[in-house]
Amino acid sequence: MTHTIAYNVLQILFVMVFAPLYAGVLSRFKEIVQSRRGPSIFQSYRDIWKLFHKDEVISEETTWIFRFTPYLVFVTPIFVATLIPVLTDYPLAFAFMADMVGAGFYLAFAGFFAALAAVDTGNPYGPMGASRTRMVGFLAEPVFMIVFFTVSFVAQSTIPYIVQQKWVASAAAFFSPAHILLLIAFLMLILAEGGRIPVDNPTGHFELAMIDESKGLEYSGRGAALMKWGGQMKFLILACIFLNVLLAPWGLAHGTNAGAVFAAIPQILLKVFLLALLLVAIETSLAKLRLFRISEFLGAAFITSVAAMVTSIFPGV
Amino acid sequence: MTGSIPEALNTLCAGLVLIAAFAMVATRQVQGVIRFFIIQSLLLSASCFLLGYSRSSIHLFILGVLTILSKVIAIPWVLRRLLPVDYYERREISQVVNIPASLLVALLLAIAAEFLTGSLVTHVSDPMIVVNVPIGMAGLLIGAWALIARREAIPQLIGILAMENGAFFAGIVIANELPFIAELGVFGGVILIVIVVGLLTRNIGETVGTTEPAAMRELREAPVSWR
Repeated sequence: MTHTIAYNVLQILFVMVFAPLYAGVLSRFKEIVQSRRGPSIFQSYRDIWKLFHKDEVISEETTWIFRFTPYLVFVTPIFVATLIPVLTDYPLAFAFMADMVGAGFYLAFAGFFAALAAVDTGNPYGPMGASRTRMVGFLAEPVFMIVFFTVSFVAQSTIPYIVQQKWVASAAAFFSPAHILLLIAFLMLILAEGGRIPVDNPTGHFELAMIDESKGLEYSGRGAALMKWGGQMKFLILACIFLNVLLAPWGLAHGTNAGAVFAAIPQILLKVFLLALLLVAIETSLAKLRLFRISEFLGAAFITSVAAMVTSIFPGV
Repeated sequence: MTGSIPEALNTLCAGLVLIAAFAMVATRQVQGVIRFFIIQSLLLSASCFLLGYSRSSIHLFILGVLTILSKVIAIPWVLRRLLPVDYYERREISQVVNIPASLLVALLLAIAAEFLTGSLVTHVSDPMIVVNVPIGMAGLLIGAWALIARREAIPQLIGILAMENGAFFAGIVIANELPFIAELGVFGGVILIVIVVGLLTRNIGETVGTTEPAAMRELREAPVSWR
């Protein structure tokens, strides 16, 4: 029991420590592919360090929501990290507190408060970005739900540790149309939720075009650092759900000894960096969509996920 | 169900065929439609090869080669040669219904296809039939929908060819020993259809200025120079 709690803490630390690195590597890869040099992969750490040491300015007009939100945005990915397989392929101490639907709701809860906080300031750009994130959010929600429905039809469960074993049970299950469609739908969802390029430009500094970034515009100092770190952790968590639960549990630790769990860390890092290469390929080959084309993008994700569900319900594989 | 490797790869092909069918409905560009058609045809021939391997039938290998020759190489080449650049590279295909609604209809058609063929394949033990028949049926219906939802001649032509792909995808698993001459006739016919429709589109487009069949309700007796 104690060692599973320790590994749970290790998973949380893994997510906390490597989330800024992942963001840095992703942006560095992208810059290199676009034949620029780009900042160091450790730039995200420096940014967060710098922001923690700066003074925080909070408008007098704001309410408790504005002050409370950064902590919520920071804590929810940590909470989700206890629920999903990040390093081990067997359930850890807190794994049965909630299933994948629960994890999705925790992330959505943080998103809801982030939108409220953006409206709270009265800055004209904040509410605009918040309304856009809500638009993306409510279009992404059905895709999330259908993905979980499909998973529960196939695996008879929504506990991520049970789901991940299902796909590798046989080659036919791994290559089944339901699995492939599910992966594509969830990848589109990651792009939308993480504010990546066909939906939103993560490096854009033009307030009118911002979607995801504009929520944190009014934050400074510690609040900004927490929002930034929380956003990066959320992205790493989504990548882990995609790779470890929906794709396959390769590289996760089987054994219960500490060595096996520590050996899983570089393998998982390799996996998420391979995903980063795929994301970079998507981001450099596509242009950002116009705002009203986002509904089409997420509509396509929805169609894909429903098709996955249909092919999994009816006699197929 | 523990399947062999060709069967597993065949299910992968089936999933991607379905995605290609949806993508053909979703894309706005003529070139994109043709590209997804090429991808779908490649997957179709891959499925042919896998099926031919697992049933050890040389016939299916020949079918796969014929598919590549006609649908992956000949048809795109013919279209590219026949059509003026401004039709081939059009970026916004005019549609009867907008793309999200169109995708929803395609989804309903896919559900209908699974529902209709689901009861047919429940008692079949061959996993390839179980996978290919519903998805081939879905491909056929979605191709028919692409034919209806698009207003212009070239995407409509690709819709017909996508229907043919869907029927073919279901057909290869059910009747893999068709008379060879019939298959050859189908492939020749497909290329001929493309040539005829392509030529007609080019000439109509040059005379009337559009390739939308709906715009040609009133036939005029103006002198037409058929080159």
